[in-house]
Amino acid sequence: MTGVIHSLWTTAADPALPLDRIPTPKIEYAQLSPVLIVFGAAVLGVLVEALLPRRSRYIAQLGVSVVGLAAAFAAIVALAADGYASTKSHIAAMGAVAVDGPALFLQGTIVLVALVAAFTFAERRLDPLAHGRRVDSFAAQGSTVPGSEQEKRAVRAGFTTTEVFPLLLFAVGGMMIFPAANDLLTLFVSLEVFSLPLYLLCALARRHRLLSQESAVKYFLLGAFSSAILLFGVALLYGYAGTISYGGIADVVNGTARMTPALANTTANDALLLIGGSMVVVGLLFKVAAVPFHMWTPDVYQGAPTPVTGFMAAATKVAAFGALLRLLYVVLPGLRWDWRPVMWGVAIATMVIGAVVAVTQTDVKRLLAYSSIAHAGFILAGVIAVSPDGVSSVLFYLAAYSFVTLGAFAVVTLVRDAGGEATHLSRWAGLGRRSPLVAAVFAVFLLAFAGIPLTSGFAGKFAVFKAAAQAGAVPLVIIGVISSAVAAFFYIRVIVLMFFSEPQPGGPSVAVPSPLTITAITVGAAVTLVLGVAPQYFLDLAGKASVFVR
Amino acid sequence: MNPINYLYLSALLFTIGGAGVLIRRNAIIVFMCVELMLNACNLAFVTFARLHGNLDGQIFAFFTMVVAAAEVVVGLAIIVTFFRSRHSASVDDASLMKL
Repeated sequence: MTGVIHSLWTTAADPALPLDRIPTPKIEYAQLSPVLIVFGAAVLGVLVEALLPRRSRYIAQLGVSVVGLAAAFAAIVALAADGYASTKSHIAAMGAVAVDGPALFLQGTIVLVALVAAFTFAERRLDPLAHGRRVDSFAAQGSTVPGSEQEKRAVRAGFTTTEVFPLLLFAVGGMMIFPAANDLLTLFVSLEVFSLPLYLLCALARRHRLLSQESAVKYFLLGAFSSAILLFGVALLYGYAGTISYGGIADVVNGTARMTPALANTTANDALLLIGGSMVVVGLLFKVAAVPFHMWTPDVYQGAPTPVTGFMAAATKVAAFGALLRLLYVVLPGLRWDWRPVMWGVAIATMVIGAVVAVTQTDVKRLLAYSSIAHAGFILAGVIAVSPDGVSSVLFYLAAYSFVTLGAFAVVTLVRDAGGEATHLSRWAGLGRRSPLVAAVFAVFLLAFAGIPLTSGFAGKFAVFKAAAQAGAVPLVIIGVISSAVAAFFYIRVIVLMFFSEPQPGGPSVAVPSPLTITAITVGAAVTLVLGVAPQYFLDLAGKASVFVR
Repeated sequence: MNPINYLYLSALLFTIGGAGVLIRRNAIIVFMCVELMLNACNLAFVTFARLHGNLDGQIFAFFTMVVAAAEVVVGLAIIVTFFRSRHSASVDDASLMKL
């Protein structure tokens, strides 16, 4: 790599491209409308926060969020019905954003998940009244020191952090772009757009504020570290290919790009491509919580406010797997003989470690965190398939898994004692005797996590393992099934604990939620059962949406 | 001067930043090391833009700066609230959730 340097000044002075006639970029607003609606609602939420008096903010924020997300979902359905998911799929916004099947499917999933999560964010009947006012699960004022006079004053004044709704919407907007990003710049910016609001949301719990702040610090420092790694990988990929567009890089990797002297220089050095590609993949694996980049997950899931944990566990995974799929299938398919063995190792480690460590957990939220790590491993098995079946099974699994997770965490918010949520597993003993309905719903979610037939978990696991086996990854499937069995052990253990052990005296009570949380749990359970009993329609839908545009 | 030297410098800065994140115990310093890593990326972007003779890398560097600024806003807010409730910004003290 020596010496060929292009001068930027001479290209600018080239008469073929006069400076005073720069063409305006062409933006397809209609095709980007789902994302634009969500960001518009988020900006509106910020204005509500600035202009409305405190007492009317809650209703206004909830209305803006729900209407915005519902409108975005309608826009996604309209685009898909218009054929953008199949025949008319193309790349919008000057090559920055892909509008194709996987993107629309994942965006639809994310928006629906966010809509249900917004209900759990808005729940105000679980905590006891604070000075005669209903409060939600977020801090009265995030900036106050826990236990200080200032905090007591904020609680007395009945403050609530309604900023969580715009933060949620900004995160959703970023997550929607993330799996649709079609160049590395959009990938990086959307990663940050959805991560930064999540860091803040983690720090805003009303109870156990020290834990919550600790989880936010951990998530922030590790998240920033991982995105710096991703960014350096992006820089190296750009250095290798001389372009940041996915299609352009794929052309260079495949050797079909038009060679320039500079490109001949940089592509002579495969180190740039291999190191760059692996650093980008590391950044994405961090977000999906794959072993060995999973260390943050249990702490962040445990410390964050439970509605946020539910949203984060469901939606982040969908968005990050979408981006990982697009990167591996569109940019680096030419390298699949290099990345597949590595991903094999990561998938096996993730499945085994997630399932085995979960057995030792004593806290419900940590248990669900390790279970989400194990599930990341199962989904990776589908990613490794490198086939249309692999894509569609991953899409289906993500949709099924996200609603189970959301429902399970919504149930966790209900079981409470004087100190807030009672998350220690020993406190859940005998819950089935005292509140059979809540325990039964939680049991449904646990069975779905375990992959028992007639739940969405079974349909998802079956699809993923089938795709992996067809692609020749039989050992991986065997290890996956064994770790599913290990995982089933601890899910069943919780069910046994709930139904077949004596309730403790002074154990936690189950709060009676408002229709908001009831809706969230009902939607979660309904999706779990429908996708489990009649998965074919949704498998077909995912199958039709499984082709990436390039 | 051969632009490849800037790449070596950038890799060196990135490594210093990464080592700092792993070794230093003060959350603010850890965060500064992350910023150093982002700046190392910027140097790499600009150098590659020069090598390839296109502007993508330079534009990317601008976006990185904006993102880094946003990250500072969020990060300092989180670290300052953490510091105020514990009177310490050491990441070793953040161990309430250890098993």
